[in-house]
Amino acid sequence: MKSHRFDATILTLGFAFLYIPIIILIVYSFNASRLVTVWGGFSLNWYKTMWSNQGLMDAAWVTARVGVLSASVGTVLGTLAALALVRYGRFPGRMLFSGMIYAPLVMPEVITGLSMLLLFVALGVDRGFWTVVIAHTTFTMCYVAIVVQSRLLTFDRSLEEAALDLGCPPVKTFFTITLPLILPAVIAGWMLAFTLSLDDLVIASFTTGPGATTLPIKIYSQVRLGVTPEINAICTILIGLVTVGVILASISTKRTEVRRLRDEHLAARGPT
Amino acid sequence: MAVVQEAEDQKQGGASRWLVVAVPYVWLLLFFVAPFLIIFKISLSDTAIALPPYTPVFDGFGAIGDFLSQLDFENYIFLTDDPLYVQAYLSSLRIATISTFLLLLVGYPIALAMARAPTSIRPTLVMMVILPFWTSFLIRVYAWIGILKPDGLLTLLLQTVGLMGPEEQVQIFRTDTAVFIGIVYSYLPFMVLPLYSALEKMDNTLLEAANDLGCPPLKAFWRITFPLSLPGVIAGAMICFIPITGEFVIPDLLGGADTLMIGKTLWTEFFGNRDWPLASAVAVILLVLLVVPIMIFQNQQKKVA
Repeated sequence: MKSHRFDATILTLGFAFLYIPIIILIVYSFNASRLVTVWGGFSLNWYKTMWSNQGLMDAAWVTARVGVLSASVGTVLGTLAALALVRYGRFPGRMLFSGMIYAPLVMPEVITGLSMLLLFVALGVDRGFWTVVIAHTTFTMCYVAIVVQSRLLTFDRSLEEAALDLGCPPVKTFFTITLPLILPAVIAGWMLAFTLSLDDLVIASFTTGPGATTLPIKIYSQVRLGVTPEINAICTILIGLVTVGVILASISTKRTEVRRLRDEHLAARGPT
Repeated sequence: MAVVQEAEDQKQGGASRWLVVAVPYVWLLLFFVAPFLIIFKISLSDTAIALPPYTPVFDGFGAIGDFLSQLDFENYIFLTDDPLYVQAYLSSLRIATISTFLLLLVGYPIALAMARAPTSIRPTLVMMVILPFWTSFLIRVYAWIGILKPDGLLTLLLQTVGLMGPEEQVQIFRTDTAVFIGIVYSYLPFMVLPLYSALEKMDNTLLEAANDLGCPPLKAFWRITFPLSLPGVIAGAMICFIPITGEFVIPDLLGGADTLMIGKTLWTEFFGNRDWPLASAVAVILLVLLVVPIMIFQNQQKKVA
């Protein structure tokens, strides 16, 4: 029993370490005072300042569009890659393929960013919105591939086999059977891809061009000038959005899971 | 059975099957592998005052002779000659090694406590570890600036509880200590999750047997729990060590002028000095240093999959 109390203490300390800095950041976004250490009372002033900061709002709009586009393309490519890894056994160059999926996960961002930029320059592409989208798609698709792969590995193939045995064409089988079953993982992958794109400073800094300043680039340039509650306000909104997104995604995943279990149960009972 | 299934897979849907592999494959070849070849090529070219600021190394096949004659290792010689760069590499590896060790020290007890928690609350605990990871890296590093600044919250706290006089201030911000705190904070979920998944799978009867036979808990931990969690330790250590070595944001925002890290050097060469070939050479050497850890990581991942 002593070890239980010990575990509880460790977990409390661990989670305190993880959450206290974020909570402080949120609390101080409502601080009327400009100083971090002085509590000047509750105020929404910094949110107003932020709202009227045109540069910041433009950056937020760019970031949202980059995020949606790159997460969507990345999810399609990542799901295909996961299917290739799990379903297609051996194919020429499989070693290289799985290497290309795993390496971007740990590759230092400065290397990925610089190499991408040099590719765009070599191809003679003007840097800007689309180059950031391509760069983000490339590294987020690998995360999607890992998430979807783990779902495919624990996946009951009997329904799929039944459809194929009954003469359903493979592409149709994929859309009517496989995709609905792996959908929670695909959605989770999209969410992860979107947040990764939303967060990225280094790769975006290398691959962006005039007129395509993303929010992290904007925040970074302001942070370098010093801490202001205005940044806390943007950060709080971002944290809020992501938290709501994660909660919604987990609820919808749970709901599909419940529905799937019910359907399986009904199917098992069979027509009587 | 699996072989038959695979053979059947091969037969079905030739074209769609081919596309499933080819589309992501070509994308990654074009946008992940080709850039590395280019970075390698440019690292061998000369700096020029132009945009792009390097001499073109390749124009058409007729120029292969010129191409080869233009290549030189000037940038690499420059890098190895200048003690500043060598120090930056060594210092990055040092900081990454120490931080990985600190992460293990902090992450292991958390992962172990999670794995020993009742099954019903484990998913919630996992969710709580993952949630901060969804918050922007930049935001989490920024949060520490407000805490560690000399006139920040840590000073205020220590002054309030009386551990520090009103005139004293915490001198952590813009030092290596702040960098370590920032790294441990940002990478903790990456360390805890692989450790947890290794520890959770562990067979508890082994520990019970050891206990029944009179083995003290600490010895049982070192002889049974720790060796069995080694795959998780290796995975977590690699997932942290590799990106930390090239880390830019944390040393830039929390570190001091004397905090040397190669990610910062590369950034300065590129954005500050606009020396693209030299920045490329810095990246290539960093990649060479990380080849072995990346291979270990890849092998580990393949075993898991």
